[in-house]
Amino acid sequence: MEQYALIMRHEDGAKVASPEQIQQWMKQTMDWIGNIAAQNKFVSGTGLPFDNAKVVTTKNGKPLVTNGPFGDIKETIGGFIVVRAESVEEAVEFAKGCPVLQGEGNSLEVRRIAIDDGIH
Amino acid sequence: MHQKELIPHLFRTEFSKISSVLSRLFGIEHIEIAEDIASDTFLSALETWTYKGIPENPTAWLYTVAKNKTRNYLHRNKIFSEKVLPQLNPETITSFEVDLSEKNISDSMLQMLFTLCHPSIPPEAQIGLSLRILCGFGIDEIATAFLTSKDVINKRLYRAKEKLRDENIQIAFPSPAEIDKRLDTVLTTLYLLFSEGYYSEDKEEVIREELCREAMRLTLLLAEHEQTDQPKVNALYALMCFHSSRFAARKNSNGEIILYEDQDESLWDQELITKGAYYLHKASAGKIVSKYHLEATIAYWHTVKSDSREKWENILQLYNRLLQIEYSPVIALNRTFALSKANGKEEAIIEAEKLKLTDSHFYFVLLGELYKGMDDTKARDCFHKALALAKTVTDKQTIQKKLTLLQDINV
Repeated sequence: MEQYALIMRHEDGAKVASPEQIQQWMKQTMDWIGNIAAQNKFVSGTGLPFDNAKVVTTKNGKPLVTNGPFGDIKETIGGFIVVRAESVEEAVEFAKGCPVLQGEGNSLEVRRIAIDDGIH
Repeated sequence: MHQKELIPHLFRTEFSKISSVLSRLFGIEHIEIAEDIASDTFLSALETWTYKGIPENPTAWLYTVAKNKTRNYLHRNKIFSEKVLPQLNPETITSFEVDLSEKNISDSMLQMLFTLCHPSIPPEAQIGLSLRILCGFGIDEIATAFLTSKDVINKRLYRAKEKLRDENIQIAFPSPAEIDKRLDTVLTTLYLLFSEGYYSEDKEEVIREELCREAMRLTLLLAEHEQTDQPKVNALYALMCFHSSRFAARKNSNGEIILYEDQDESLWDQELITKGAYYLHKASAGKIVSKYHLEATIAYWHTVKSDSREKWENILQLYNRLLQIEYSPVIALNRTFALSKANGKEEAIIEAEKLKLTDSHFYFVLLGELYKGMDDTKARDCFHKALALAKTVTDKQTIQKKLTLLQDINV
């Protein structure tokens, strides 16, 4: 069994929705994770809060620190979870249930975890 | 209390105290001597009380006799007292006084608990030893509790004692730095001990309640001790209080299990529920949320009988978090039941089908319940599969009832 990171990219919810709506999304996210965990396929995960986020780049050979968000607002990583799956297809099935996808333009990236695969 | 009931009762409560104090005095290598002296004390009680009647203060009588027997033992075994004992515990050279004060008893028992739950011995041996030494269970009672033979238990306990001896484990509190790590093993043992009593349906009711009571007594000992009065300990004790509050309501007069939904809540023990709430509140100090916190809070919500959206939404979220800390098929099934109550049967059926716990009758009972009223043919199929997998008579009866009920609706 391999491990996959499901990386969520979405808008900063606090900017587009009411606290009640956000609470609803939180519940849906927790239920989604619970569904995966009930199949013994959940490994770990966390949200990545938008407030006080920084980006470090290089300008003229020196580090340059700017405040987030970064580029297109829908490209921002809002969190990730790591799941166990037999194949990338199974991991994709888990990703399809993520409530983040209710927002048009939001996305999930499914990436295999390289640790312990003997190559990386 | 008559003598017939008094001696077994005292044996349960005092045997472990005497043998813990003596073991600490002699060291773990001589644990058998401690047990022998404690057993011998009760033998004397049985002989003497039968003829002379029960003394005014039976516990004090036992302590005095235990002290005398220890002194006699040390006199008779000069080699033991002169060569072995001084090396083990220098304090005892000057006096042979056995300290059976309340403080020394609880200290000794707690230290013994940490010793018996040492990570070097397997969990079932930890539970076995704890039952024998800290709960005063006989070998045959332990064998009944584990559904195995006396022979197996004797061997298991013997090997575990050898191991404690070989590893030279001291009967002492672990250092503060180590206490946290070791405490987890102790709590797991107490949790298993309680579950052994609470969930396994094929044991005699008396033994089950006794197992739960002993687990609670030892957990309370931890909760009340300065060094182990920690949030997760209080959470575990709260969990035990909430669960055991339903003991009287769980069976009808024929000894058949009454499911939670059909229980008469006037039989729930309010005193234990209040106690549970007190310890759960105590457990909320600090930031750590252990699995015991989550399970205790789920158990708390079950003490609220009436169904409400709030109740099941809370239970569902607690299960979601619990599963992230620790997966087990039972938690997954209970979580799916909560999902149906909070989000509806359609959603729960989709998720239940994904669990694929097809070797468990509980899984098919859950599926059957979910399909009931949605697709009764499927519900019947599921209950039949559950019936084929069920092992105990009680389980078969419960499932048969569900099938009959389903037929009645459709006639």
